[in-house]
Amino acid sequence: MASQEPAQTAHPLNVIVATDCGSTTTKAILIEKVGDEYRQTYRGEAPTTVEAPFEDVTRGVLNAIAEIEELSGRKILDGDQIMTPCRDPKTGVDIYISTSSAGGGLQMMVTGVVQNMTGESAQRAALGAGAIVIDVLASNDGRLPHEKIERIRTMRPDMILMSGGTDGGAVSHVVEMAEYIAAAEPRPRFGATYKLPLVYAGNTDAQPQVKKILGEKTALVLTENIRPVLERENLAPARNKIHDLFLEHVMQQAPGYKKLIEMAGAPIMPTPAAVGVIMETIAKREHLNLIGVDIGGATTDVFSVFEGLFNRTVSANLGMSYSISNVLAEAGLANIMRWVPFTIDEQTLRNRIKNKMIRPTTIPQTLDELQIEHAIAREALRLALIHHKSLATALKGIQQERTISDVFEQQQSGKTLIDMLKLDLIVGSGGILSHAPRRVQSMLMMVDAYEPLGVTRLSVDSIFMMPHLGVLSTIDEKAATDVFVRDCMVYLGTCIAPIGQGKDGDRCADYVITFADERVDKGTLAFGDLRLVPLAGDQKASIVIQPVKQVNLGAGAGVSVTREVQGGVVGLLLDGRGRPLQLPTDHNARVAALTKWYSAVGLYPTAS
Amino acid sequence: MPHSYTPGLTVTEQTTVRRRRMLSLPGSVLVTIGETVRADQAVARAELPGKVYPLNLANQLGVAPDEIHEYLIKKVGDPVRKDEILAENKPLIKWLKTEVRSPITGVVESVSSVTGQVLLREPPRLLELLGYVDGRIVEVIPQQGVVVEATCSLVQGIFGIGGETRGEIVIAVTSPDEALTPRHLTADMKGKVVVGGSFVSSDALARAKEVGVAGVVIGGIHDKDLRALLGYDIGVAITGTEQVGLTLILTEGFGSIPMADKTFTLFSAHAGQPASISGATQIRAGVIRPEIIIPKQADAAGDHGMATVPQREGIRIGDQVRIIRDPLFGKIGEVASLPADLQKIPTESDVRVMEVRFADGSRAVIPRTNIELIEGS
Repeated sequence: MASQEPAQTAHPLNVIVATDCGSTTTKAILIEKVGDEYRQTYRGEAPTTVEAPFEDVTRGVLNAIAEIEELSGRKILDGDQIMTPCRDPKTGVDIYISTSSAGGGLQMMVTGVVQNMTGESAQRAALGAGAIVIDVLASNDGRLPHEKIERIRTMRPDMILMSGGTDGGAVSHVVEMAEYIAAAEPRPRFGATYKLPLVYAGNTDAQPQVKKILGEKTALVLTENIRPVLERENLAPARNKIHDLFLEHVMQQAPGYKKLIEMAGAPIMPTPAAVGVIMETIAKREHLNLIGVDIGGATTDVFSVFEGLFNRTVSANLGMSYSISNVLAEAGLANIMRWVPFTIDEQTLRNRIKNKMIRPTTIPQTLDELQIEHAIAREALRLALIHHKSLATALKGIQQERTISDVFEQQQSGKTLIDMLKLDLIVGSGGILSHAPRRVQSMLMMVDAYEPLGVTRLSVDSIFMMPHLGVLSTIDEKAATDVFVRDCMVYLGTCIAPIGQGKDGDRCADYVITFADERVDKGTLAFGDLRLVPLAGDQKASIVIQPVKQVNLGAGAGVSVTREVQGGVVGLLLDGRGRPLQLPTDHNARVAALTKWYSAVGLYPTAS
Repeated sequence: MPHSYTPGLTVTEQTTVRRRRMLSLPGSVLVTIGETVRADQAVARAELPGKVYPLNLANQLGVAPDEIHEYLIKKVGDPVRKDEILAENKPLIKWLKTEVRSPITGVVESVSSVTGQVLLREPPRLLELLGYVDGRIVEVIPQQGVVVEATCSLVQGIFGIGGETRGEIVIAVTSPDEALTPRHLTADMKGKVVVGGSFVSSDALARAKEVGVAGVVIGGIHDKDLRALLGYDIGVAITGTEQVGLTLILTEGFGSIPMADKTFTLFSAHAGQPASISGATQIRAGVIRPEIIIPKQADAAGDHGMATVPQREGIRIGDQVRIIRDPLFGKIGEVASLPADLQKIPTESDVRVMEVRFADGSRAVIPRTNIELIEGS
C-alpha cells in the first residue's frame, strides 16, 4: 500500500518498539522474539504532546517508552535517544517504528468534475491514503464559481487532490477548476511560507495546462488519472503520491515531526493507513467479507472489504473525546439516551459531555459514566457506518448491461457494497472497544450499532495495537502476523440475529446447538430475548435454526439454516430483539428492556 | 510513574509570556526588535487579495474560448470600474451588438483561452495585526510577524469563545462561589473585563451584552446557555472567531463550579488594571487555551532577557490538583499519595490512581488521568 521502500536493517529484528501518536494519547508497545515467535510483551502510554507547553510529539513518545522501560526493566532510552540496535539482552531495541494521527491527521481537499463520479473517486483515493477529506469540490456541486474560490481560500488543507475527466476527454472543466484554485491562492494549515502540495490525478491531456496554471503557485505533483476510463478506477498511484507528500511536506511542518522521522527506522505511516493494511490482510488471508472500525478520540475510521474490494472512510468529527460533543449534536440526545439504562436529566448529561470535550483525556470513574460513554459510542459507531455505506459504493455513472430479466429490478448504478447479510466478520479497535472493562461490552456496542443480520463473527483489537502492527507488516511480515494472531486479535464470538419483528415473548426461532463434545442445547428464542451461550474461542459448534414463518436468517422467510459457528471470549449471542432493532419508545419500558438485556449477558457489574 | 498526568492550566502572579503574532499571509512588519508596543498598536500589515469574480465571456458572447482575446477591450492587469465594458462583439447590424460589463470594480486578473473565462479581482483589503499585549518586540519574522514579550500575571481558562480584546478588570461578585446575575452588571462595566464567580446564566449574559462589556470570566456555564448565546451547538472545541458581542472565558468547565480560590484571588488583586484577553480555544491539533494577560507596569517589569518556561517534572506529593471528572468534578485538593500499582475502580478498569486530600481532611482515590495540576506560583 505504501509506496516507500521497506526499511533495510542490517541486523535481525528481535526487539521492536512501536508507537502510535494518537490525537489524545501516544501508545507504545514492545515486541520481542520469544523462541521462534514474536510476542507483544509490554505496553506504555502517555498524553500526546503536540500541544503547549511541549509542542513536540517526540516528548509523548519518550514518555510512553519510559513507561515500557519501567514495566519491563529494559533500558531503551539514552537521554532523548532510543538506543538501536540492542546492545545486550536488557539494553536497547532493534528498531523503532511509528504511526501518527496527532495534530489532526492529514487533512485534504479534493476536486473532481462530476461530483458523484471523479469527485467520489478522488475522495476514495484520499480516504484510502489515510486522509480526512474536509471538502469535495466539483464543477457540478451546485456552488457558484466565486463561492468555490471563497471556499478554497478559507479552508486550509494540508494537501489538495485534483481529479476530473477521463483520459482523452474534454479538458475545459478540469482546467477551469485549476484556474479557481490558482485564483484562491490556497495556503497550507501549517507553515505560512511553504507551498501547498497539490496532486493532479485527472485527465492526462490537461497536464500541460494544469502545470502552467498551478506550477508556480503550488508544490505540484502530476500522476496517473484516477479514473482513466469511466468504468475503471486507478487509485493506487494517487494514493502513493499522497503518502510521499505527507512525509515530505506535511509532517515536516507539525511540531516535532522532523525529530520523530529521524528517530524512526521506517517511514511514519498515517494511523488509518496502517490499520487499513491490517484489515485488508485479514480479509484476504481468510477470504472474508469484513467491516473494521477504529473509534478514536477525534475520528472514527471504518474499513470494509466486500468481495475483495477495500474501502475506507473517516468520519472526521465522530469520536469519543475531542469530538464527543459532535456525536451528541449529530445523533441527537434522544438517540444517545435510548441506550442508557437509567434516568438522567438533560442538563447534567449535556454538561458532562461538554466537560469530556474540553478535558479529553479523562476516563469514566463511575459505572453510570461508563454506561453513558458506551451509549455515545454506539451512536458514533452507527453514524460512521451510515457514512461508510454512502461512500463504499460501486462506481457511479457507468452503463450497466441489462437483460429482460432485470426489467423489474430497479437497481441503480453506484449502490453500496456493504451487504450486512454477506458480512462474515466485524473487527473493532480503538480505546472504547479495546479497553472496555468486559469484552461483552465491546461485543454488544458493535451489535447494537451495526445490527448485524444472520450469522456474524465479531472480534476486537486486544489492547489497541493494529496501527503498530500495520506499520510493522511493511518491514517484517512474520513479526506482524505472529503478534496479530497471538496477542492482538481477540475473537469475541458469533452473533445470530434473525431478521424480522414480532411481539415481545412470541416465538422467533427454534434452535439446536450441537457442541464438539456432542452435548446438545435445544431451545426457543423469543422476540425481545437476548441470550448468551458460552462457547470458548478455540471451539466450534453446529447450530440449526428454524425461524418462524415471517422471520429470515438469510435463506428466506421461515427457512431453516444450519451453520458451523466459532466461539470466542464472550460466546454465542442469540439476538431475538428483531431487525431492524427497535427499542420501546416509552421511557420506563425502554429502561426495563435495557436492564433485562444487559443483565441477561452480564454487561455491567450491577447487572451481573 | 511521573508521565500520566494532564498538564494543568497556569494561574500565576508573575511570568513572562511570548506571543507570536503572525499575519495570515505575507505583508510588512511595522516595528523593530526592542521596541515597546501597546496592545492596541498595529505591529504588522498585509493586503488581503480581493474577492475573485469569474465571468465566462465565451458563453456570454457566444464565441469559442480561444477567440475571446479578439473581443476583449480590457487586458490582463487593467483596472476596471463596475459596469465598464470588458468585451464586446462587432456585428454588422448594430442592434445585435453584445456588451459584457464588469460586475465589480477591480482588475482583470486572468483570461483563459481554454475555458473562455475571465477572472476579475476586487481591490485588496488592508489587514492590520495588533500587538495584543503591552510588551516588547523580541523577534521579527520578516514579512510575517513578530514575537511580543510581556512580563505579566497570567490566567489560562479551560474553554472560551470570542476573539482577542482588552479592558480593565472589574470584580462583580464578592466570592468565587457566587453566581454572576444580571443585577451584578452595571452600565459602568462597559468595555471592561468582568470577573464573576461560579456560574453565569443566559440572563446575565444577555445583560452583559446589553451593557457592552468586553469580556466575562467565570467558573462555569450550562451547555444550554452557551447554545443560546451562540445560536448553535459546538461540536468540536475550536473557537475564537465567534461574533457574539463579547469574549467569554470559563476557568473551570461546564456546570456551576466555583472559580478556584487562587484564580479569584489573583483577579481581585488586579482589579482596575488593564488586561488582554482571548477566548480562542483549540483542544485538538495543538492546544490553545483561552487566557487573561495582565501586564506588569513598565517600571515593575525590570530588565529581562529570556522568557520563563515552566519546568514540569511530573506530579509530586503535596501538589495542588483539580479533579476534572465526575463524581467529584471541580473539587480542589492536594496529592496525598501516588500508589505505583494499578487499582480497580468501580467501572472495573485497572488504572493508575492517586489519593487526593481535601481541605476538610477527607480523602478520595482518583484515576490519575482525571486530575489536573494547578500550575504556576
